Amino acid sequence: MSTAAEIGVWGVPLAILGGAIRVSTPFLFVSLGETLTERSGRINLGLEGTLVFGAMTGYAIAYETGSAWLGVLAAALAGSVFGLFHGWICRFKGVNDIAIGIAMMLLGMGLAFFFGKPYIQPVAPDLPAISFGWWSDIPQVQAALQVNALFILGAFLAVAMHWMFRSTRIGLTIRVVGDSTDAARAIGLNPNTVRLLSTAAGGALAGVGGAYLSLYYPGSWTEGISSGQGLMAVALVIFARWNPILSFWAALLFGGAGALGPALQSVGVTSGYYLFFAAPYVLTLGLLILTSSPDKAMDGAPGELSITK
Amino acid sequence: MSHEPALPAGAIGVEAVAMTMRFGDFTALDNVTLNVVPGSFHALLGENGAGKSTLVKCIMGFYHATEGALLVDGREAIVRDPVDAQRLGLGMVYQHFTLVPSLTGAENLLISRADAPQVISWRKEMSKLHAFVESMPFKAPLDRPVSSLSAGEKQKLEILKQLYLGTRFLILDEPTSVLTPGEADEILGHVRALCEAGQISVLMITHKFREVTQFADDVSILRRGKLAGSGEVSSLSHDEMARMMVGEQVQNGGVTRAATEGETVLSLRDARAKDRSGLKSVDIAKLDVRAGEILGVAGVSGNGQTELMEMLTGQRNLTGGEIRVKGLPYHASRREAKALKVRYLPEEPLHNACAPHMSVAENLAFRQFDVNGSDRPRFWKNKREMLATAGDRISEFNVKTASVHSPIASLSGGNVQRAVLARELTGEVDLLVVANPCFGLDFAAVSAIRERILAARNGGAAVLLISEDLDEILELSDRVVVISEGQIVFETATANANTAEIGAHMAGHG
Repeated sequence: MSTAAEIGVWGVPLAILGGAIRVSTPFLFVSLGETLTERSGRINLGLEGTLVFGAMTGYAIAYETGSAWLGVLAAALAGSVFGLFHGWICRFKGVNDIAIGIAMMLLGMGLAFFFGKPYIQPVAPDLPAISFGWWSDIPQVQAALQVNALFILGAFLAVAMHWMFRSTRIGLTIRVVGDSTDAARAIGLNPNTVRLLSTAAGGALAGVGGAYLSLYYPGSWTEGISSGQGLMAVALVIFARWNPILSFWAALLFGGAGALGPALQSVGVTSGYYLFFAAPYVLTLGLLILTSSPDKAMDGAPGELSITK
Repeated sequence: MSHEPALPAGAIGVEAVAMTMRFGDFTALDNVTLNVVPGSFHALLGENGAGKSTLVKCIMGFYHATEGALLVDGREAIVRDPVDAQRLGLGMVYQHFTLVPSLTGAENLLISRADAPQVISWRKEMSKLHAFVESMPFKAPLDRPVSSLSAGEKQKLEILKQLYLGTRFLILDEPTSVLTPGEADEILGHVRALCEAGQISVLMITHKFREVTQFADDVSILRRGKLAGSGEVSSLSHDEMARMMVGEQVQNGGVTRAATEGETVLSLRDARAKDRSGLKSVDIAKLDVRAGEILGVAGVSGNGQTELMEMLTGQRNLTGGEIRVKGLPYHASRREAKALKVRYLPEEPLHNACAPHMSVAENLAFRQFDVNGSDRPRFWKNKREMLATAGDRISEFNVKTASVHSPIASLSGGNVQRAVLARELTGEVDLLVVANPCFGLDFAAVSAIRERILAARNGGAAVLLISEDLDEILELSDRVVVISEGQIVFETATANANTAEIGAHMAGHG
């Protein structure tokens, strides 16, 4: 028979793995959404607001209808509305996408808190998880391998998006618009429409990321539900060089860093415990510094992005 | 109006009839008629601002002509936008490439097609693309991102793209401005062969007479928006064409070359830096410029000239070696540049040497605004003095501006160039570093700027002239070096320079 004491120090990497899978899902969805938007040449910094609003909408609809998946759908719809609004404002001359993004972030959070007040008490159904730990009797292994369906969906989405950018007309169109507005116009594409739709789709993905937060982990709607995942995902996209597959690994890495604190706590490490909660933020900063260069433009950066121009 | 029918192999004719284009009060194009016969190679000559671009933009549907008509393949055509033009079989290769840099050649070709499939089976498409390229007289790499191609390869890919899209009438806008003479001849030769085969008709904008006589069948010459002349190339001499292009004869810079010989001012030893891609490096083993001489750095665009300029202006960090000015280590700080009297005229001065939205007067004051008459730092700027100095510089260097208060971005290219030169050549100059000073300027501006550079040399300054225009280098320099793949590969005195030999080194076959 296995007990917690028997796996001893192995509990830490196991807890980190389990935590990485659990914590990374919102990172994954937001960063995939942001990758899509930025590949079309626009930055949507408002995804943090979209995430929080998605969390609220998902929770509220799941509670009202009794179906967690309807909640996810509603969160995606709400996210795409935010994306459309951002994209629509940005098509006007002289509008800066970053400034609008920050405004949208505050708007999204404010609206979520306003409409979310009645849903802080009630309990909504959770999203289902799939157990990949059936082969083991060790409860920690089983707990770590409880994988939520949305995580698996996100992994498939990363591969699908990679394929889309390479081998579909839509993917190539988005890359053309993101890399050169002039070239896009020369072949008869309308950059504004492509960017509008990419921002809407990116917003929908961020909304799904929010629904995961309120419907699975931590699994309830509170005003402090997001700890800046929406903002960190933007940094993560840069770190992943606008590549969906790399975004997946980067999200896992960030998730693992986020799980470091609780994992160490579980084996009794208590000194400097709060410091480990800062690991994802320190990691964001560290990685951005390490992967940047003073002389060289970032490779893979879409040419029309206002931060790389 | 006679019109010849399209050739069976595809080439169509295009005729602009009495086209006039007005922008407000300004008439850019005045009653111009131009007929490109199917399967012919037609050259369009003219100075900058003569209306060449306006004319082709009217043909391609970017502009809509105020008066006049366009006949495509004998029928009157209304071209609302470039997509319409594409549908009629009209295509254009722009002076600035319109390929998407991060996409591969194959991706670029495919996505520019109006009927690109929703889901792309790359194996199938690649075999079709390869078959298409095989059927063409020249090749371009399809599997690499366009940003990694040389200018010549990009130009070939642009032309291949047009043929792939089924273009039957091709407009080339100064297609050889970024190519080596060898590459230019090769590409124009292929284009000419396509014309002779009857696949396309070509209208080429250029100001190089050599290309006109060597490749074109017919020529039309524009001057100040009017058709100054046209005819078969074989019946016109260079002199006749030049006269039609510039009107009366321009005086050719009367500056004499004083014999000067001086100390070494600028010296580079093993100066290395990463190039733009960050993958290769620029490595200048030895480069010396003496006082009173112009050293020309020739080379094909993209062989390290931009990087060399950026190393000298402090925009690019050295990874090894050193730059010395008058024996002292030089890092291009403002303080060092001032103390050692180093001045710059970088390429694209509006972006590299100006604050575009600040006024002409302010831009002219950049070297002096923070010191007073006795070279002591000052806190308050002296606006009156600034305006007075600006007025002097403007009249001295013949800068055409509406007022000293206009933003410098509102000036034409030649006048921005003159303004920057006015700022940089004020006061004593011991070292002048110049890059492509006459790129895209008209005759009058070119000769004025070259005179100024020569005058600086005659005044005892050391001049480093980095230029992609070999004729300019041969005209101005005392010594020529050739830069190829980031290295100095050849050096000669201009007096015994052999163009063919320099060209071979430029192309990397020394």
